Amino acid sequence: MFRIFFIFFILVFPLNSWALIEVDITRGNLNPLPVAVSPLSIDENSRKNFEKILNNSDIGSEISAIVENNLKTSGLFNPLNKDAFLQAPDIANLKPRFEDWSLIKAQALITGKVNFIDKKLRVEFRLWDVLAGKEILALAFTTVPTNWRRVGHIITDKVYERLTGEKGYFDTRIIYVAEEGPKTKRIKKLAIMDQDGANNKFLTLGNELVLTPRFNPTSQMVTYLSYFRNLPRVYLLDIETGMQEVVGDFPGMTFAPRFSPNGKKIIMSFAKDGNSDIYTMDLENRIVEKITNHPSIDTSPSYSPDGKYICFNSDRSGYQQIYVMKSDGTSVKRISFGTGLYGTPVWSPRGDLIAFTKLHKGKFYIGVMRTDGSGERLLTENFYQEAPSWSPNGRVLIFYRETKTNDKGEGFSAKLWSIDLTGYNERLVNTPSDASDPSWSSLLSN
Amino acid sequence: MKLNKILKNTFLVVLACLALSACATQKKTGQMQGDVYTGSDTVEYLASGVPDRVFFATNESVLTTASRETLRKQAAWLRKNSKVTIVLEGHADERGTREYNLALGERRANSAKDYLMTYGISSNRISVLSYGKERPVDSGSNPLAWSKNRRSVTVKAN
Repeated sequence: MFRIFFIFFILVFPLNSWALIEVDITRGNLNPLPVAVSPLSIDENSRKNFEKILNNSDIGSEISAIVENNLKTSGLFNPLNKDAFLQAPDIANLKPRFEDWSLIKAQALITGKVNFIDKKLRVEFRLWDVLAGKEILALAFTTVPTNWRRVGHIITDKVYERLTGEKGYFDTRIIYVAEEGPKTKRIKKLAIMDQDGANNKFLTLGNELVLTPRFNPTSQMVTYLSYFRNLPRVYLLDIETGMQEVVGDFPGMTFAPRFSPNGKKIIMSFAKDGNSDIYTMDLENRIVEKITNHPSIDTSPSYSPDGKYICFNSDRSGYQQIYVMKSDGTSVKRISFGTGLYGTPVWSPRGDLIAFTKLHKGKFYIGVMRTDGSGERLLTENFYQEAPSWSPNGRVLIFYRETKTNDKGEGFSAKLWSIDLTGYNERLVNTPSDASDPSWSSLLSN
Repeated sequence: MKLNKILKNTFLVVLACLALSACATQKKTGQMQGDVYTGSDTVEYLASGVPDRVFFATNESVLTTASRETLRKQAAWLRKNSKVTIVLEGHADERGTREYNLALGERRANSAKDYLMTYGISSNRISVLSYGKERPVDSGSNPLAWSKNRRSVTVKAN
């Protein structure tokens, strides 16, 4: 489905453009950039065709609503109310009257149109710098009509990239564990959804316990832990075909799986006789390697993006701490030295930071530290939260949070949350049911 | 002035009594020594007088004196019923990260397994399964509930 996705650039970025509007994403942004997202214009013939195929009467407006919502949740932009727009969408896309747009305090303007051509959806859009009165980005691409929501995400990614100088994270999906039922008999299913919560789909039926799904950074494969036949084992799942297979032939529990950055290996823990060590399995030649060899618990391994190092969780000092080693298991070094326990280390896709869960004095924190353990920064504190996963651009973390129950053991819930690396813009991520163990995909189109 | 002081002292004494009696009742009903569960609310029995589970301190997999006694009873029962095979299900409380707790549950079940083996139970009659924090018996978010959930349960497999 994603392979038939073509992007044609009709206009390249103007070579002599110097960004007049710029959004700094390295700090908490207390003044989000006011941006006007004009509905994408659509001719009557195209509108009718899309209505027939997609059962959707105005995808022009709906795509622009997706863009608006994305920009808003990023915390960096403030989409303006459409009621105040003076110019019609089709005219604005040809030549905006900049005075009108600056009157409503818009600093950036997004316009565009959608067409139905050869059974395909063709979209073009433009980003305008209102104060400078010029176009700063223009793109067009064609896709199958059913991909219409992705069109909104791709537009957002391009706008975000043009204005912040960094890749976006909107044309992505989240895989997670959907939860229901009482805490003592929780039913858990693998589920997948678009980054904005749309297109939610369950991938397993809930007959067996499933935990910790993680994306392959290079494909639509997922690795996760399943209690199929009451044998906790690491599995691979192809989310396009639904094919599943157990990873390796281990005489005991395998858990805590992740892919290597090139997607060719699985790294995981294998527990035997009360001791958990870290192993890798090459998915091509099936060769298994033992990476750690220590009588303590070694788990939650995560590769650096260049594949040269692994961070992991071990209690070899007596308590859970974070360690870094070379990917062959040598040069093991403890990096967490603050007060409290540290778990779930996960290496940033940018390579410079490790996100973690910290437990201290009965509170759980999501935090980040440099890869040598310096510069520890706690982003959020709560009764219970863990398992951060990075957005592909390394600017946002998604994690899950559980509530405390009352004296009768009632009131339990588990939800997904996201927070910017800056510690600002903490948000509930909507899911149809309770949710945990989120993992963020790479950008689907690149 | 003096009356005031007497009243104040009486008040303190009463308060101390209340506090002490509160402690005393807590010890009686229940249920924890240090942070290890010692009650029997959740305990089931493999046979009369043979409890099915043992409890652990936070982050620990060391068997307490009471746990060893329970496991010796289980070993005696297993020797008498030599056809029975068992699964040791190791569990953790909710105050830990999921993956570490899976490893911790496995470690707890294995300390029970090791002890049963020293009392003559063959390892091929025992399998081990960790649930981490996935299957609490008590859904409370308090120290007593957590103490009940830190456990290794011996389950008949056949």
